[in-house]
Amino acid sequence: MSEKTKETCIIMSQIKIASAIYSMWLKTKHIAKTAKPGQFISVYSNDGSRILPRPISICELNREQGAVRIVYRVTGKGTEEFSRLQTGDVLEILGPLGNGFPLEQTKGKNVLLIAGGIGIPPMIETAKQLPGKNTVIALGYRDELFLHGELSGYGEVLIATENGSAGMKGNVLDAIKEQKAEADILFACGPTPMLRAVKAYAGENHVPCWVSVEERMACGIGACLGCVCSSAKVDSHSLVHNKRICKDGPVFLSTEVELS
Amino acid sequence: MNMSVNLAGVMLKNPVMTASGTFGSGAEYSEFVDLNQLGAVVTKGVASVPWPGNPTPRIAETYGGMLNAIGLQNPGIEEVCRRDIPFLKQYDTKIIVNVCGKTEEEYCETVKRLADEPVDLLEINISCPNVKEGGIAFGQDPKAAERITSEIKKYARQPVIVKLSPNVSDIAVMAKAVEAGGADAVSLINTITGMKIDINRKTFVLGNQTGGLSGPCIKPVAVRMVYQAAQAVQLPIIGMGGIVTAEDALEFILAGACAVSVGTANFMNPYATTEIVKGLENYMKKNEIEDIQELIGMVE
Repeated sequence: MSEKTKETCIIMSQIKIASAIYSMWLKTKHIAKTAKPGQFISVYSNDGSRILPRPISICELNREQGAVRIVYRVTGKGTEEFSRLQTGDVLEILGPLGNGFPLEQTKGKNVLLIAGGIGIPPMIETAKQLPGKNTVIALGYRDELFLHGELSGYGEVLIATENGSAGMKGNVLDAIKEQKAEADILFACGPTPMLRAVKAYAGENHVPCWVSVEERMACGIGACLGCVCSSAKVDSHSLVHNKRICKDGPVFLSTEVELS
Repeated sequence: MNMSVNLAGVMLKNPVMTASGTFGSGAEYSEFVDLNQLGAVVTKGVASVPWPGNPTPRIAETYGGMLNAIGLQNPGIEEVCRRDIPFLKQYDTKIIVNVCGKTEEEYCETVKRLADEPVDLLEINISCPNVKEGGIAFGQDPKAAERITSEIKKYARQPVIVKLSPNVSDIAVMAKAVEAGGADAVSLINTITGMKIDINRKTFVLGNQTGGLSGPCIKPVAVRMVYQAAQAVQLPIIGMGGIVTAEDALEFILAGACAVSVGTANFMNPYATTEIVKGLENYMKKNEIEDIQELIGMVE
């Protein structure tokens, strides 16, 4: 049997950290032991009318306590339900799912983490575990900041906001270019337009780049083919230009996928 | 206590199977459940050549159910024969390959390719609502359904199950049509065509605009159709549509199904299939039922 498991977890704590953004710690039996940065869990609703689990990235791990932290945005009824849960309440989760960021590739290198919006949370555990030389973390927000303070403990943080209310006015790539942030390897997570721009930037600068992508999912384990993204080459599993985000990803080498 | 059932001459150790398209070819779910405990594994639909499927989003949740519009993405029959059938052959379960196609010739080509493969039954998908050609075009017209069934029967070396669509005005007519075409069994229901609209973006949620509705919300429709088909034909029936628990499976069995398929429930709980097997066992013990045959079609 694999590391993946479905288990019932007790909520250790939950706080609101920004508008519609919540941070929750879950006590797990198994998942925290084997989870890696960049992987995700599927969180089931306690309401039977919502049948599909919500895929949510792992923000942070505490292996000693067997705890997994998720930071998520309320975008619908499922996440709204999660946001109302309190310490001691239970949730069923499936995980750890997908492949994380390839941390081993960063050894001795300067790493640039690039994240936007609700793509920021997985960068906490990623930054914590990076064996790289030097880490710069570029964060893009619409307006309100979150997790930037925590991330500043793991590297130099650059901030961009769309309205200029904090950091540089513009997008995260504007901030990177202005600060002339250079790196040997890029890890990115965020909205597709951001990932597309990051991929182009990595191409222009000949830097290897890994992107974490998302899509609506059903099974979360690679069986249903619901969450595919276009691949540059014919994929060895599907034999068409499709990769499974939940199983083959969510982290891909940027040149492997078409971010349309 | 006997849970085994005879499905068109093939003995299943119990009546619990997987619904095509929800379980891949078993590899992914084998990390959660022991496939040896299932009556049969039904593969995702396979065509004569690889199909890319539909644009994303392919999935949308609905109240008590979900819509999917995968569009029968599959790696083609050669890869299924090379990779998936040998994988399933490692387990003590029956192998049912679901076959799809755009034309009669394509269906027959795939069926012929499977002739010498260690496959126990074929399930012919003439009911997918998410592809423009083939699929449901055969499944909504009794004459077309009878004709493709009889064509496939000319080449099939394994018993043929025809999977029926609920998107018809009279399921009994369709069941009789495929029976006349020589089908060895029928399975029903495939998904019900549906649609979801994003009111903020004023767009269709699914890339394909329409999708197939599945999950607990469709169960009463499925039970009714299984009952109607059971009244109409002598063929063994595989019942499916919203089965989540053993109690759900029992409704289908009492309505006339000799086997059941578990689909969307796998997404709700990856252990659903084997939990349903266990639940059926418990029901039989509790009600002192020696043989599951005593339950099939016994609703009155």
